[in-house]
Amino acid sequence: MKKMLKTFVVAGAGLMLLAGAASASEVQRDAKAISYSFEGPFGTFDKAQLQRGYKVYKEVCANCHSMHLVSFRNLSEHGGPGFSTEQVKALAATFTVKDGPGNDGEMFDRPGLPSDRFPSPFANEQAARNSNAGALPPDLSLITKFRPGWFGTINQLFNGIGGPQYVYSVLTGYEEPSEEIKKEQPEGKLYNPYFANGLFISMPPPLTDGQVTFDDGAPNKVDDMARDVSAFLAWTAEPKMEERKSLGFMVIIYLAILASLLYFVKKKIWADQH
Amino acid sequence: MSGPSNYQPKSAFGKWMHERLPIMELVQGQALDFPTPKNLNYWWTFGGILAVMLVAQLVTGIVLAMHYTAHVDMAFDSVEHIMRDVNYGWLLRYLHSNGASMFFIAVYVHIFRGMYYGSYKAPREVLWMIGVLIYLVMMATAFMGYVLPWGQMSFWGAKVITNLFSAIPFVGESVTTWLWGGYSVDNPTLNRFFSLHYLLPFVLAGLVGLHIWALHVPGNNNPTGVNVRGSQDTVPFHPYYTMKDGFAIVVFMLLYSAFTFFGPNYLGDAINYLPANPLSTPSHIVPEWYYLPFYAILRAIPNKLIGVIAMFGSILILFALPWLDTSRVRSGTYRPIFKQIFWIFVVVCITLGFAGSGPPDNYFLSHEAAPPDEWHLTYKLVGQIAAVCYFAFFFPILPLLGLLESPKPLPPSISDDVLAKKKPLVPAE
Repeated sequence: MKKMLKTFVVAGAGLMLLAGAASASEVQRDAKAISYSFEGPFGTFDKAQLQRGYKVYKEVCANCHSMHLVSFRNLSEHGGPGFSTEQVKALAATFTVKDGPGNDGEMFDRPGLPSDRFPSPFANEQAARNSNAGALPPDLSLITKFRPGWFGTINQLFNGIGGPQYVYSVLTGYEEPSEEIKKEQPEGKLYNPYFANGLFISMPPPLTDGQVTFDDGAPNKVDDMARDVSAFLAWTAEPKMEERKSLGFMVIIYLAILASLLYFVKKKIWADQH
Repeated sequence: MSGPSNYQPKSAFGKWMHERLPIMELVQGQALDFPTPKNLNYWWTFGGILAVMLVAQLVTGIVLAMHYTAHVDMAFDSVEHIMRDVNYGWLLRYLHSNGASMFFIAVYVHIFRGMYYGSYKAPREVLWMIGVLIYLVMMATAFMGYVLPWGQMSFWGAKVITNLFSAIPFVGESVTTWLWGGYSVDNPTLNRFFSLHYLLPFVLAGLVGLHIWALHVPGNNNPTGVNVRGSQDTVPFHPYYTMKDGFAIVVFMLLYSAFTFFGPNYLGDAINYLPANPLSTPSHIVPEWYYLPFYAILRAIPNKLIGVIAMFGSILILFALPWLDTSRVRSGTYRPIFKQIFWIFVVVCITLGFAGSGPPDNYFLSHEAAPPDEWHLTYKLVGQIAAVCYFAFFFPILPLLGLLESPKPLPPSISDDVLAKKKPLVPAE
C-alpha cells in the first residue's frame, strides 16, 4: 500500500513537472488574481466603485461595445451602483433612442427613458465589424460570466472563474512581445497574453492614465479604471448577486436549524428500536 | 396492491369514499404502514431525495416555461430576462439548473448503492430495469433542457450529440435530418426539444410510479441482503423512515442551496453565457459533468459507429446486470473481493468523468497539448484505459467473481445482525 502511494506521488509530481515544463506561450495566461469587494459568500458590490465603473464604461467602452441586456433603470435598483431614480432619469435622457413607428408610420428619435436598454453603438454586426477593421467587439453584458480568467476544477470551486479578473487583466495586460512572438504577430493586432482567443487582440489599449475624471476624485490611473470597470461588468453580468447571497444566507440557516431538529426527532423516534 | 393494511375508515365520509375509491387504504398500506427493513442505512435515503428532486425540477420548470421563449433569436435573451426582470426568476433558474446536477448526484449514489448491495438481484430485476429506464429518460430530458438557453455549448452540444445518430449505417443521415427537423440544428430543433423537455418529466413521473410499485412487491433490499423473515425485522415506513428520509432530504437541500446561492454557475460551462453562434465553434466542446464518463467512452474509440455503440452500450449493459452477476450473495458487505472491486469501479467511473472533461490530446488534467508523435498520458489515453476497465467490470469480472469468490457467512436474519452490531456499543466494564 505504501509502495502504491509512493508510486502515485511520484507519478503525480512527474505529471505536474511535465505540465509546467510544457507551458507554452500559446496558452491564455492566467488572469491576475486581484481581489474585489464582491468575492466570497458575504461579499457585496462597492457602490462608489460601480458608479465609477459605469462612467468608464460609458465614456470609453460604450464607443464600440454594446450592452444590450442592461437597462438604465437597473442602475437605480437594489444591489447595483445605487444611482437615485432622478439621476437615472436625467442620465437616460442624455441618450437619443430610436422609437416608433409613430402614427405617421415613420420612426422617430426621442430622449432615452429609464426603461430603455443601453443603446448599442452600432446598428448591426456588419456595421460593428466595418468600423473595427473586421473585428467584432463583443457585447459586454455577460463578459465576466463567459470569459474565465483561470481554469481547474478545484481552483474554480474556491476562486470562481475569475471573470472580472480576466477583464482587468486584458485591460492592463498589453505587453511588448518578444522578437520570437513578434514574427507571428498579424497586421493591426496587439500582443496581449491574457486574451482568450489567441495571443493577439484587435482592440487597441482602451485606457490611458487620467482619461476619465471621477466625480468623487478617486484615482484614475489605468489600473484604477480597469478595476472599476471590471467590477461594474461583474454587476451587469450578475445584477441579483447581493439578493442571491443574502437570501442564500437565510436559507442555509433555516435548513441547518431544520436539519438539527429533524435529527433529534429521528433519534427519538428510533430510540425504541435501539 | 392493497398491502399490509388493515385500514378501517373512521368517518362517514371515509367510509363513503372507501367504498368508491379505496385511496386512503392505498396510502396507509403503501406509504404509512409499509413494512420496511429496520437496518436501512443513509445510502437508502437517496430514493426519497430523488423523488423530492423530481418534484423540485417539475415545479421550477413549469414556472420557467411561463417566461421562456423557444425561438433561436429570443431564447438566450428570454433566459436573461428571467434572470434579470422576472421576480425571483434568477432563483427559479438557478434552482432548476443546479437541481439537474443535484438530481444526477443523487441518482449516481442511488445506482452505486444498488450495485454495492446487490439490489438488482432476484426478485428485484424488474425494479432495477425500470430504474435504468428512468436514468435513460433523465439523461434525455437533461440533454434537451441544456439546449434551451441557446448558448454556445447548448448549440454545439446539441450538434455533437445529434450527430452521433449519423453514425447509423445507411439511414444515419436521414435519421439526423429527421431529428433536427431540417439540415442543421436550428429553430425546429429548439422547438421540439422544448416540447419534449416539457413532456419527458411526466413520463419520468409515471416510470417512478412503476419503480415504486415494483419496489413494494418484493419490498426493500437491505444492507445485509438477507430476506425479511418476519415482523421483527421491519418497522413501519412512517414514522421511522419518513423521519430518517426527511432528515437526509434536508441535509441534501443544504448542499443544493450551497450551490444554488453561492456557486450557481460552478457546475455549468462558462461559455454557455455566450449566445449560440453556428459560425463559431468553441475551441473545446464538452457536455455537462454528468455525461462526461460516457463522453470519454465515446472518444476512446476512433471509429465513430463503434464509439457510439460503446457509449450507449455502457448504459444498456446495466439492463443485463442482474444476470451478469452470478453470485448468490446479494450484499457486497459479505463479498470480500467484490467489495474492493466495487470501489475500484467507482474510481474508474470518476476517472472516466475527468477523462471526458478535457481536450483528447492534452496531457491528462493539464492545459497543455501533448506532441502528437509520441506516447503520452493524454485525456484520450486515460479514457481508453478506464473504458476497458469499465466494461471489464461487467464482463468478465462480475460473472467470474460470483463463481470464484467465497463469501463470508451471512447473518441468520436482519434482527440478528442489528442486535450483533449493538453489542459492542455497550460499555464493557
